[in-house]
Amino acid sequence: MNFPILSTLIFLPLLSSIFIFLTRDKKNNYGAIYISLFSSTATFILSLFLWYSLDLSTAEFQFIEEKSWINNFIKFKLGVDGISILFIVLTTFITPICIISCINSVKTRVKEFLIAILILETFMIGVFCSLDLVIFYLFFEAGLIPMFLIIGVWGGPKRVYSAFKFFLFTLLGSVLMLVAIIVIYWLTGTTDITQIYEISITKEYQYLLWLAFLSSFAVKMPMWPVHTWLPDAHVEAPTAGSVILAAILLKMAGYGFLRFSIPMFPIASEFFTPLIHTLSIIAIIYTSLVALMQDDMKKLIAYSSVAHMGYVTLGIFTLTKQGIEGSIYQMISHGLISAALFLCVGVVYDRLHSRMISTYGGLVNYLPKYSFLFIVFALAALGLPGTSGFLGEFLVLAGTFKKSYLAAMLATFGVVLGAAYMLWLTKRVIFGVANNMEIKSLPDINKSEILMLVTLAFFVVFFGFYPAPLMETFNVSVNSLINNYQIALTAK
Amino acid sequence: MINNLNIMLPEIFLSLSIFFILLLGVFIKKSFNLIFNLTSVIIIITIVIIFNNPNDEVKIFLESFTRDSFSNYFKILILLSSLFVLNSSKNFILDNKLDKFEYPIIILLSILGMFFMVSSNDLILFYLGLELQSLSLYILASIDRDNLRSTESGIKYFVLSALSSGLLLYGCSLLYGFTGSTNFDLIADQLIKENTGAVFAMVFILVGLAFKVSAVPFHMWTPDVYEGAPTSITSYFAVVPKVAGLALLIKFMFIPFSNILLEWQTIIIFISIASMILGAIAAMVQTNFKRLLAYSSIGHIGYALAGVATGVISGYESAVVYISIYVIMNIGAFSCLYLLKIDGKYKENIADLSGISKKNPLLAMSLLIILFSLAGIPPLGGFFAKFYVFMAVLEQEMYALAIIGLLTTVMSAFYYLKIIKTIYFDENVISFEPVKNKVAQISIFTSCTILITFFLYPSVLNNLVGSLFSN
Repeated sequence: MNFPILSTLIFLPLLSSIFIFLTRDKKNNYGAIYISLFSSTATFILSLFLWYSLDLSTAEFQFIEEKSWINNFIKFKLGVDGISILFIVLTTFITPICIISCINSVKTRVKEFLIAILILETFMIGVFCSLDLVIFYLFFEAGLIPMFLIIGVWGGPKRVYSAFKFFLFTLLGSVLMLVAIIVIYWLTGTTDITQIYEISITKEYQYLLWLAFLSSFAVKMPMWPVHTWLPDAHVEAPTAGSVILAAILLKMAGYGFLRFSIPMFPIASEFFTPLIHTLSIIAIIYTSLVALMQDDMKKLIAYSSVAHMGYVTLGIFTLTKQGIEGSIYQMISHGLISAALFLCVGVVYDRLHSRMISTYGGLVNYLPKYSFLFIVFALAALGLPGTSGFLGEFLVLAGTFKKSYLAAMLATFGVVLGAAYMLWLTKRVIFGVANNMEIKSLPDINKSEILMLVTLAFFVVFFGFYPAPLMETFNVSVNSLINNYQIALTAK
Repeated sequence: MINNLNIMLPEIFLSLSIFFILLLGVFIKKSFNLIFNLTSVIIIITIVIIFNNPNDEVKIFLESFTRDSFSNYFKILILLSSLFVLNSSKNFILDNKLDKFEYPIIILLSILGMFFMVSSNDLILFYLGLELQSLSLYILASIDRDNLRSTESGIKYFVLSALSSGLLLYGCSLLYGFTGSTNFDLIADQLIKENTGAVFAMVFILVGLAFKVSAVPFHMWTPDVYEGAPTSITSYFAVVPKVAGLALLIKFMFIPFSNILLEWQTIIIFISIASMILGAIAAMVQTNFKRLLAYSSIGHIGYALAGVATGVISGYESAVVYISIYVIMNIGAFSCLYLLKIDGKYKENIADLSGISKKNPLLAMSLLIILFSLAGIPPLGGFFAKFYVFMAVLEQEMYALAIIGLLTTVMSAFYYLKIIKTIYFDENVISFEPVKNKVAQISIFTSCTILITFFLYPSVLNNLVGSLFSN
């Protein structure tokens, strides 16, 4: 196929952001909203088409586009396989939802907000498509600019601190990755990852390079102890910003481990497995405990994200089929669930302008539809069977048991804590007595909010009962990932 | 003989034109506008002459003057950047009553000095060029002679610069004494490690050159001069002499000092690291935009020197690419200052930028792009500048230099973010006069367009620069 479908996918949002830039500033900015909705939906449909036409029986990269870029050494190379396609679809699926959410929540500078979101979408799709380390780095870092502005311009009262912390933490993590990328180039003579997969790097270099990549991914993931930027960023970011941050930006790191760390540095990946397991277990238990003590809803969900990402890193570095499949499943499902939970918080925040748990209570009596959806997502977040949250955690734990009983046992303990903070949150927000007289006069969710939340709820439940579409997509790619890993280990 | 003159045609044309417009200025009253426009025309004609000049290497006048692709590239860069700097500052000059007809003429004189600097292949010619440039710059720094700050900065610059020129000259005389020649090529043959006295001379010359490009620890003059001089002069200082200074530095490393690589490498690495760190830390606390840009330029010179420190051709190339992109970014950044006018006065404090995102969204967005590019965030042009430098540095396995350099990038990102915070996050709106300055707007637009679209063809500059060091 000659049509450059991946480039179209990447640059369509960017192109439409230029159109939005050219629209006139009217009172409601409907022109801008319609253009962005239209283009992001078109991108979504295009990505579905891509998913549909992807050959799932092979682990090879498909739809490869190659163009000489920086002369004679770096090529602009794009391609997808069974793993990355899911993240692309997740990105293109979440973006229209964010745009709908900003109709209610963003009141100032709507046009600029939409431009930022669409440019961010371009960079996010670019991250998941790139098959070249430099291109990957370019998109990975470029995403900081729009996200920094989203937090800083449309955020809450402490937005400046949070935006700076977010930007500097992430930048600090990734500069070491840039060093590693350039070193890889001088070691192997290429930055094309399909070629690097074929070359085995010596052991000593693997350790250092792996650590350099870790420094970037650990911040982005975020792993304990460099997770502290995340609660701040989430709390201050506007709803749509939190949604994108939780649903997609955090997944870049998990994707990075699967795409770069494990295949390029198999020996180092095996060597550092205990380190990752320790950090993951600490993240799961410690941040769950921290989440229990939060009185700010967004902060609670942010900490729960760190805990959930702990399962992801745990699963990836079991380096078993169940573990990795569970991690990918967990990432997709967390992308849906955390997005939904942040939207839920956004819904009540738009009405009462408070994120404190103590402000609410007894919502079930006055906002029944909202409460129903909130409970669905809370249960999904704690991993109730029948929701997508369950499958991911279950597979990760199954994979972990193969490697280490201790780690699996401690991680299972985290599941209990997860149930504790989610149920307690639900109890305090949804049930009980209304603490606030204003709650009694609140309107229930409107059409656009129902549209967003019900769509998400549908997929959360659907993938809870019928995981096959996702599983089949990444099955072959994960198999080949593990095969190559085993071959590389036996060859050492 | 007549062939030799042909090779020097740009210099000859430039000097004759300077005499001509100087006479014109003396005889015609209120001739600023005329002379200013003539200056632009002269610059454009010189660019055309250089473009028509062949790029093959020719050395004339007892091999003291070189014309090759290296000097031609830098001459065009100098002319283009002066053209943009000069024209975008015209309104500023008129508003601040700096419209003396000598202004553009002195600028042309300093350009002539830089021409000899980048073309020189001989200690004497190089020193003459350098002094012609420096003397012009002293006058320019204090051109607003009734203004205390401007005069002070001129005197400061003069005293310190004269000291460094003295050191440089001392180094030159030592070099002549120990190698027996003033010609770069002959010096290169004689200058080996065992020739201790000549190595000693190299240190003095390096000090002088480091002063001219304002690298740490010879940077003290930069913030004061940048802040004190009128903005139109500061923007000239920040861009054009830096280019010439770096070209000269590279030339010294490439030709006369090429055989004592290990001796100067450690010095350059130290200067580079110190500049990067000081540039990043000192800029954090600045409230004056010009002073901040002074420290940021110190940092940027540090990155360019990191490329030079590799001591290989790919490193020099990356330094040239770096300085070229630096020029584009700084022209944009300074042009923004010409559009910030409150109550008839040009503002230069960072706090005055608050609220421009509402009053003048296009200007705010341009500044955003330029600042992120200065910070080196992809996919903007500034990132590629750093990328090439660190490619070269890591090729030589200088890991410590690369890691320190990249960590200082993060530190310097902090103060660029602080300006962006003032522009976009702060609420209080200061009322601006709509300033009409078409040329400044064009400069900003050009610089932003180049920075944004650079990632489409990131190797354009590399292809241009690739041929500079072929001989």
